[in-house]
Amino acid sequence: MTDTPLLDATGVAKSYGAVKALTDASLTVARGEVVALMGANGAGKSTFVKILTGALKPDTGRIVIDGREARMGSPAQARRSGLVPVYQEPSLIPDLDVRDNLRLGDTPVEPFRQWVEDLGIKGIRLSDMIGDLPLATLRILDLARALAAEPDVLLLDEMTAALPTDLVERVLKVVRDRADAGMGVIYVSHRFTEISQLCDRASVLRDGRTVGDLKIEPGVEDRAVELMLGEKISLGARESAAALAARSGTPRLSVKSLAAAPKLQDVSFDLHAGEVLGVVALEGQGQDELFDVLAGFRKPTGGTIEVEGRPARFAHPSEAIAAGLTYVPGNRSEALLAQRSVRENIALPFSAHPRTWGPLKMRTERERVDYAIEKLQIDTRAQGEVQRLSGGNQQKVTIGRWLATGVETLLLFDPTRGIDVRTKRQIYPLVRELAEKGAAVLFYTSELAEVRLACDRAVVIFNGRVVDVIDAADADEPTLMRAAYGLTGREGAA
Amino acid sequence: MSMADDTGTDSALVRFGRLLRDNPIIPLIAFLLLLIVVLEVMRPGIVMPIRAGRDGLISTFWLGNLIKFAIPLAMLAACQVLTMLTAGIDLSVGVVATVSAFVCATLSSTLGVPEAVLVSLACGLSVGLVNGFGVGIVRVHPLIMTLGTGLIATGCLQVYQRFTINSGTLIPGFLEWLGTGRTMGMPNGLYLFIPFAAFILWLMRFTGFGRLLFALGSNERAAKLSGVKSWQVLMALYALSGLIAALAGLLYLGMIRAPSLNLANPLLLPSVAAAVIGGTSIFGGRGSFAGAIVGALILRVLDTMLTLMQMPEGARTALFGLIILAVTALYVRITGTR
Repeated sequence: MTDTPLLDATGVAKSYGAVKALTDASLTVARGEVVALMGANGAGKSTFVKILTGALKPDTGRIVIDGREARMGSPAQARRSGLVPVYQEPSLIPDLDVRDNLRLGDTPVEPFRQWVEDLGIKGIRLSDMIGDLPLATLRILDLARALAAEPDVLLLDEMTAALPTDLVERVLKVVRDRADAGMGVIYVSHRFTEISQLCDRASVLRDGRTVGDLKIEPGVEDRAVELMLGEKISLGARESAAALAARSGTPRLSVKSLAAAPKLQDVSFDLHAGEVLGVVALEGQGQDELFDVLAGFRKPTGGTIEVEGRPARFAHPSEAIAAGLTYVPGNRSEALLAQRSVRENIALPFSAHPRTWGPLKMRTERERVDYAIEKLQIDTRAQGEVQRLSGGNQQKVTIGRWLATGVETLLLFDPTRGIDVRTKRQIYPLVRELAEKGAAVLFYTSELAEVRLACDRAVVIFNGRVVDVIDAADADEPTLMRAAYGLTGREGAA
Repeated sequence: MSMADDTGTDSALVRFGRLLRDNPIIPLIAFLLLLIVVLEVMRPGIVMPIRAGRDGLISTFWLGNLIKFAIPLAMLAACQVLTMLTAGIDLSVGVVATVSAFVCATLSSTLGVPEAVLVSLACGLSVGLVNGFGVGIVRVHPLIMTLGTGLIATGCLQVYQRFTINSGTLIPGFLEWLGTGRTMGMPNGLYLFIPFAAFILWLMRFTGFGRLLFALGSNERAAKLSGVKSWQVLMALYALSGLIAALAGLLYLGMIRAPSLNLANPLLLPSVAAAVIGGTSIFGGRGSFAGAIVGALILRVLDTMLTLMQMPEGARTALFGLIILAVTALYVRITGTR
C-alpha cells in the first residue's frame, strides 16, 4: 500500500437534530483490496454507507476517490466519482425489461452479459421484465450491472443476504477476482464466514466512530466482537430460578419450524407463561417476519404456531389478539394515532369489534385507561395529541394499550429503541412484573445488554434460523454478539 | 415530532392558523358574522329590516331562508365529514340525493307514501353498500369508487325515468311541510335537522364507531394492529353516508317541489367545500360536523351575495366555484391542515 488509496474517507460526521448518527467515521480502501465494514446494530453503518454512496450529505468530513476529492451530492455524482453500490434490495425498475434498465444507467450491454454469465446465471434475455425475475437473480443482475460500469470502488451492502449458497460462492469468487485485478471493494456484512473468505481487512464502527482496523486472520472474530462491543460496564445478571421452575407444562406459545420466505427460514421455540424470552438477532435476520407472523400481519410459508397447545393460524391481527397475542411494534409511529389523545390511543382496541361500536362505556374505559397510565407513569400533561409526547412516553402508550386490555402474551419488538434511559429503566421491571403475574413475553431487542436485564433466556436468530439458546445467566454481551454473528456452532432449536 | 418544540417565535398568521385548527368553530363563526355584515352593507336592510325603515332588528324571513337552504347542504356535508375522517370522500351523494327524491316523487302516487320513502332510502343504502364494498373490500380509491357509482346511478335514473314518464309525480305532503313550512319564522326542516345533527355529533364523539373513523384516518395500520377490521368500518360508513344522502334528497324534494334528473347534483361540490371549510381534513383523522354546519351557512351567505350582484346565471356559478376553491385553499394554507 505505497501508492495513494483508491478511497479515503476521513472524519465523516452526521447528526439528525440532537441525535449523532456518526461522529467520526473513516475508511480507506487501497487498489486491489477488499475491506469489510462492520458494526453492531445502531453503530452508524447504514448512515455511513448512505454518505459514501451519496444518498446523504455528511455534516463534516472528506471523501477522496482516486486522489480527487469527491463531491457526494447525489448518488449520480458518487457514481461519476467511481463508486458504484449494490444493495440488498436491487435497484432495478420492476416495470421495465432488462434492456431498458441497462439503458437508464448507461450500462454497456456486452460486458453486462459477460458478467451475468460469469456469475452463473443462465437464460436471461434482455427482453425479460424485471418484475418477473426472482429476487436472487435480480441481485446478480444488479451486481453484473455494477461490474459492467467498471467502477474504481464497488460497495456491496449485505447483498448476499438470503442468497442461495452456490450463488454466494460465485459472487465471492468474482468479486475476489475483480479485486485481484485492481478494483477496490467495500463489503458491508454481518457474516464472518464470507468476510474471512473474501476480505483483506475489516473496519469496525461503534457508536458512530471508527474504532479499529483489523487484518483478516484466524481468530479475528473475537477481536471484531470485542471492538464492536467496546468496554461496557457489566450490569449483573438477574436471578432466573423462578422462571426456570415455571418452564413446564403446556407452553403459552409454541412455534415449530416457522418460516416466512425469504428471510425467516426455520424458527422454533416454546414460550411459557411467566417467562420473558429474548430474541437476539442482527438486523434483517428474519426477526421482523417472525413478529409479523405472530401478530397476524403476515402469513407464514411453513411451520406451525400453537397457543396453549392448540394450533393457530392468524389471517388478521384481530385473530392474534383473540388468541391473546398482542404486539408492540418497533416503530412507534406504526402503532399510534398521532393526532389523537393518550386516552383514545390506549382505548383503541376496546372499539375494534362491531359489537362495541355503540355508545362508549365511559366508566370502564376510564378505569382501565387510568390503570395503564398510572402503571406506566405516562406523562399526560400533553393530553391533546400523542405526537406532542416524548418518544419514551409514546412508547409507554403503545404498551399501555395492551395493559388496559389485559396481557396474555406480549410481543415486544425492540421496545426501548430510541427512548431515554429513565423510561428504559421503567420498562424492564414492568416487563418482569407482567411475567410474574402470568404473562408470557417475547422480547426482541437490538441492545444486547437488555437481555440480562429483562429476559430469562434468549433465542439467537441468524440467517432466519435459531442458532443458539442462551440462559440469561450466561448472556453477557460478547457471548450474545458471537452467537448473533453465527459464530457458535450449536445448531438446533429451543 | 417537530411539533413538540413550538415556541413563541411564530408569526401571527401561524398562530392564527393554529387557533383555527384547534378551535375551528370560533373563528368560523366570526367569519360568518363578518360575511353577514358585508351582506348588510351591500344591501342595507336585508338582514336588519329596521335600518330600511321596516319592523324588526333581525329579519326572521332572511334568517329562516338562510337556514332552510343550508340544511340539505349541511346534511350532505355530514357525508363528506364522516368519509373524510377515514381519508375517503363520497362523491355519489349528489346523485344519490337526486335518485332518492326522484324515486319518492314518482312512486308516491302508485305505491303509497311510506312505501315510496322506504324505497328511496333503500336506494341510498344500496349505493352506499356498493361504495363500501368497493372501498373497503376491493380497495378502490374512494374518489374513483364513489364517482363511478354516482355515474352508474345517474344512468339507472335515466333508464328508470323512461318507464315512469306517464305515472306522474306526487310530492308527499309531510315532505312539503318539512321543506317549505315554517314555525315561528324558522323552517320546519329543523325538526329533522336538529335530531340529525345531534345524532351525528354524538356518533362522532361518544361511540366506538366514531372513534374508529378517526382511527382509520389517522393511522390505518395502528387500527389494524389493535384488531380493527377496516372493511367492516368502511362498509358501515359508506352505507350510512348513502342513507344520509337519500334522507337529504327527500328533504330537498319537499323544498324544491319539482323533481328533476339533476335536482341535488349541484350540491356536491359545496358539500365537500362546507366540510373542508369546517375544518375537516381530506387526508383523514381530523374533522368536525359543527364546523361543517357553519361552513354550509357561510356558503349560503356567499351565494346570496352573488345573487344580489345580479349576475347572469353562468357567471354566478363560475364565481361560486372560484370562491369555494379560494376559501378552501386559503383555509388549508393558513391552518396547515391537509
